[in-house]
Amino acid sequence: MSGGHSTYTPKSGIGKWIDARMPLPRLVYDSFVAYPVPRNLNYAYTFGGILSLMLIAQILTGVVLAMHYVSDTSLAFVSVEKIMRDVNSGWLLRYMHANGASFFFIAVYIHIMRGLYYGSYKAPRELLWILGCIIYLLMMATAFMGYVLPWGQMSFWGATVITGFFTAIPLVGEWIQQLLLGGFAVDNPTLNRFFALHYLLPFMIAGVVVLHVWALHVTGQTNPTGIEVKAKTDTVAFTPYATIKDAFAMIVFLAVFAYFIFYMPNYLGHPDNYIEANPLKTPAHIVPEWYFLPFYAILRAITFNIGPIDSKLGGVLAMFGSIAVLFFVPWLDTSRVRSAVYRPWYKLFFWLFVADAIFLGWLGSRPAEGAYVAMAQVATLYYFAFFIVIMPVLGLIETPRRLPNSITEAVLSKNKAHPAVAAKV
Amino acid sequence: MKRILKGLAVLSVATVCAFGASAAEEAGHSAAEPTHFPIFKPHHESWSFAGPFGKYDLAQLQRGLKVYREVCAACHGLNLVSFRTLEGLGYSDAQVKAIAAQYEVQDGPNADGEMFNRPGIPSDYFPSPYPNTEAAAAANNGAAPPDLSLIAKARGVERGFPTFIFDIFTQYAESGPDYLYSLLTGYDQQPPEGMQIPEGTHYNPYFIAGKSLAMPPPLSDGQVTYDDGSPETVKQYSHDVAAFLMWAAEPHMTARKQTGFSVLAFLILFGALVYITKRKVWSEVTH
Repeated sequence: MSGGHSTYTPKSGIGKWIDARMPLPRLVYDSFVAYPVPRNLNYAYTFGGILSLMLIAQILTGVVLAMHYVSDTSLAFVSVEKIMRDVNSGWLLRYMHANGASFFFIAVYIHIMRGLYYGSYKAPRELLWILGCIIYLLMMATAFMGYVLPWGQMSFWGATVITGFFTAIPLVGEWIQQLLLGGFAVDNPTLNRFFALHYLLPFMIAGVVVLHVWALHVTGQTNPTGIEVKAKTDTVAFTPYATIKDAFAMIVFLAVFAYFIFYMPNYLGHPDNYIEANPLKTPAHIVPEWYFLPFYAILRAITFNIGPIDSKLGGVLAMFGSIAVLFFVPWLDTSRVRSAVYRPWYKLFFWLFVADAIFLGWLGSRPAEGAYVAMAQVATLYYFAFFIVIMPVLGLIETPRRLPNSITEAVLSKNKAHPAVAAKV
Repeated sequence: MKRILKGLAVLSVATVCAFGASAAEEAGHSAAEPTHFPIFKPHHESWSFAGPFGKYDLAQLQRGLKVYREVCAACHGLNLVSFRTLEGLGYSDAQVKAIAAQYEVQDGPNADGEMFNRPGIPSDYFPSPYPNTEAAAAANNGAAPPDLSLIAKARGVERGFPTFIFDIFTQYAESGPDYLYSLLTGYDQQPPEGMQIPEGTHYNPYFIAGKSLAMPPPLSDGQVTYDDGSPETVKQYSHDVAAFLMWAAEPHMTARKQTGFSVLAFLILFGALVYITKRKVWSEVTH
């Protein structure tokens, strides 16, 4: 698919017969066996594979859970408990699925951060990046609706708060909210449509993932140096090199995942979601799942009116804006150098951004009062400044370090510094 | 890699500074009118089911069931727990049938269209002490006593930074039973001078949602008779019933932890083999 000619040669008669009619084996061979990948990819580049694995795991566990789940407000909570207590290995399926959502997000955040660090979004990979942003948006929608299904207190009140955002939109806001809810409040129609959409969206994600991988295979992968592949010596074959490295990373990731599933399955959840939804009793603090907390903090940081925009709409705009800004990153970054490895200042601001995002996550879990609000405002300011000010300005004024001429040169010079490693060549 | 480490160092320093600043903000609320609950953090109790090899202590669960049946069940339901699952407490078929038969369960309608009462059978669930939530609320000053099936997972006192990070490594997952134990044994404390306790409520500094709660002290020494010689004290009762409620909320915990050991052992061994293979495959390539 990468433009190069195919090296696939079917050996058996059946292979030749299929290849002449529908060359799927050729596509798989060219994409996942012979496909050249840069030889200097580090473990940060294994998260794409890990994410595919997580998507498959979520779909498989989810389909079985759906066979036992009842999307009715009077039965949903009990049906989940039936899964936990009476369905064979039901506790395992449900803990895999619930923690799977969290680990899906852990993987996607590392994947996105890797992209931001190594400049993976820069030309000619803008569409690849945008497709990734779309996947991330779909993941957020899927995760949010999935969290509503167990019909606990946080499910219900989370849904109430988040669908309430839409009422801030002038003119059509109320209409959108009622369309989402299927009524005037979160109730049975909401639960039913969320269940239907929660089942649908993962397949849409899978579809966009195909486009994402397609786009990746057209442009080829970036690498820690940010220099494009120039010669055959810059690359190795996907199989066995990338396959075995991805496999090892997946196993390590799965081991951490298993640690949570089997030993602390409720660590990433909220205790209130083990209380059945009660529309008459608001929890003391309504908090979303941990992976939405930074955006929740941004939402609540806007406590002031900006001209005609009141604080509520301002918060919603800031929250959606914090995700929308990701779509423009390929054009916000003006640097000619791709990788942060050669950009000392960008590197500093990048790690500050990571710290800022984690800090926002923690603030999202705090009540929106007192000093927390001020801290959230400062952190929100840096979040947007990183994209809107630092990225464009730094690209123009920063003096990057000297770039190596090729991936091969970078690899060989790095290993010259560590003779012990080079000796093994 | 060194660069990544350096980056991580920058990140952690920045984070710690930020957290430190905020922690300083948090301090400061008066003893008489606290604003954060619970007033005291729950005790850390020792539980047989804690840790990677934790198992329920069946004798303790049976004592806890006795405490539930003789004390808690007067006001609190256990709607999600069926009698048949009591086999998990080490009871035989016959014992489970006998326990179930001690309850009266409404069934029906029969062929004449009438509802009728019959003795419980193993497939029945613990009947609720009240016909519905409204009746429960009406009998208890407007606050319905919560069902206890999931209470050990539905209460968790916030651990705070940085404890919640250490919890991952110490595998601390017993905040539910720790809370229940602390609450049940926390009634003997006196409110600080000047604190107003609303009428009909009882001061308990371990209560998660306020300085006092509507539930009166439920346990007293000698209230439940134990057949196995365990001490008949509030502390022992609280410990036993909290363990029982953890089982009620998570009946498959022992199986879960045992499966986890096999899964992790497999992943670590398989991971080691794959890593060796990876080294071999990459040995001819400088990267």
